[in-house]
Amino acid sequence: MSKMHVTTTVNGDTVEFLADPRETLLDSLRDQLGLTGTKEGCGTGDCGACSVRLDGTLVCSCLVLGVEADGKRIDTIEGMSEDGALHPLQRKFIEHAALQCGFCTPGILIAAKALLEENSNPTEEEVRYWLAGNLCRCTGYDKIIRAVMDAAAELRQEAA
Amino acid sequence: MRYHTPSTFEDAAQLAAGAQGLTRFLAGGTDVLVQMRAGSVLPDDLIDIKKIPGVSDITKTDDGGWRIGVAVPGHKLGADAALRADWPGVVEGMELVGSTQIQGRATLAGNLCNGSPAADGVPGLVAAGATVEITGPDGTRTAKVEDVPTGPFKTSLAQGEVISAILLPPRGPNGGDAYLRFIPRTEMDIAVVGCAVSLTLDGDTISDARVALGAVAPVIALAPDAAKAIVGTTLDDAALDALARAASAACKPIDDKRGTVEFRTEVAGVLAKRAAKIAYARAKGA
Repeated sequence: MSKMHVTTTVNGDTVEFLADPRETLLDSLRDQLGLTGTKEGCGTGDCGACSVRLDGTLVCSCLVLGVEADGKRIDTIEGMSEDGALHPLQRKFIEHAALQCGFCTPGILIAAKALLEENSNPTEEEVRYWLAGNLCRCTGYDKIIRAVMDAAAELRQEAA
Repeated sequence: MRYHTPSTFEDAAQLAAGAQGLTRFLAGGTDVLVQMRAGSVLPDDLIDIKKIPGVSDITKTDDGGWRIGVAVPGHKLGADAALRADWPGVVEGMELVGSTQIQGRATLAGNLCNGSPAADGVPGLVAAGATVEITGPDGTRTAKVEDVPTGPFKTSLAQGEVISAILLPPRGPNGGDAYLRFIPRTEMDIAVVGCAVSLTLDGDTISDARVALGAVAPVIALAPDAAKAIVGTTLDDAALDALARAASAACKPIDDKRGTVEFRTEVAGVLAKRAAKIAYARAKGA
């Protein structure tokens, strides 16, 4: 099985790796690039733990091949904080105790950030629908929703 | 597995036609990658069609219809206000497929080619009278969307044939469509029953209609008797009852964990009524 050369941009940095064409982007990120913040839950696009941005679009990295990332821009949880300062969503998740085991958290943070960039003032219902593809078996979701709503409010004030 | 990125549909078709082993075309990948992981489909040749120019475009055609590229994902379909204004039922059907993440990748063409009887993206296309452009090793042909699936997870596409565009007819004035499905929760589920209705009005009277049913037969299909029940009416209560009876009569469902034959048959009638009312209101400009 010949491997293919892939050049892509991850969190702003140009990276290169050799990928077996059957390898998912999730496996490329974790095993080739050492970016283990993106988690594998189901591996079949149901749970959202592996959520990343592909050219800005929210996707499950388990449903994208590593070779499909060639020439694209990938954003993962590792690129969410800036200069060591947590993103408001990350801070609000801690403040609201919106995580217990934390396995779903990177995917939810990535998904929530994509939502707030598209809609800075979502209703609770809009947040719940947007995050319907991110499963959490610990929290019961309420604290996650409150953290996202609170982060959105803070981001709106900063923008104003 | 060999991974190919042809730059034309002709090349894609030639690759597939000449392949010795198992071949799959890759667009959004939300079905193909799941099947690869499960081991149920292990392609020898995977042909990624996303590098072909135009596959991510939605364009209005000269006759007033639409040409939808085969790699256009659900979220892009939903973001096209002009397409949604013409064919809201087609767009809302596709938008019911999966989560936000799935919407970032999944395509109408993939939903059709996967061949699920419960595909939410397909009944709206069938009701709309949509066709597909198919490129094969010997040239292109067009086919009605309802002629593509031939059974659960089977299609009429021959080896080497690939759908190269989805074509929606001109909506024209005084038209409306709608898609509804039943699921036992509010999101992230597979249709127990799906129903799309597309109709055109002459004044208050329905002059033309198409009704398509999903998840109640081996393939998504038109229900011509259901359409006949409302053509020539103003969608009064008698017409709605006749529509529901005809839609239920068109069902040939199975019993499974998601619904019984009896339940699916009943719900098909209910959804047909509700979808027809929405389509009628949209045709009126609502």
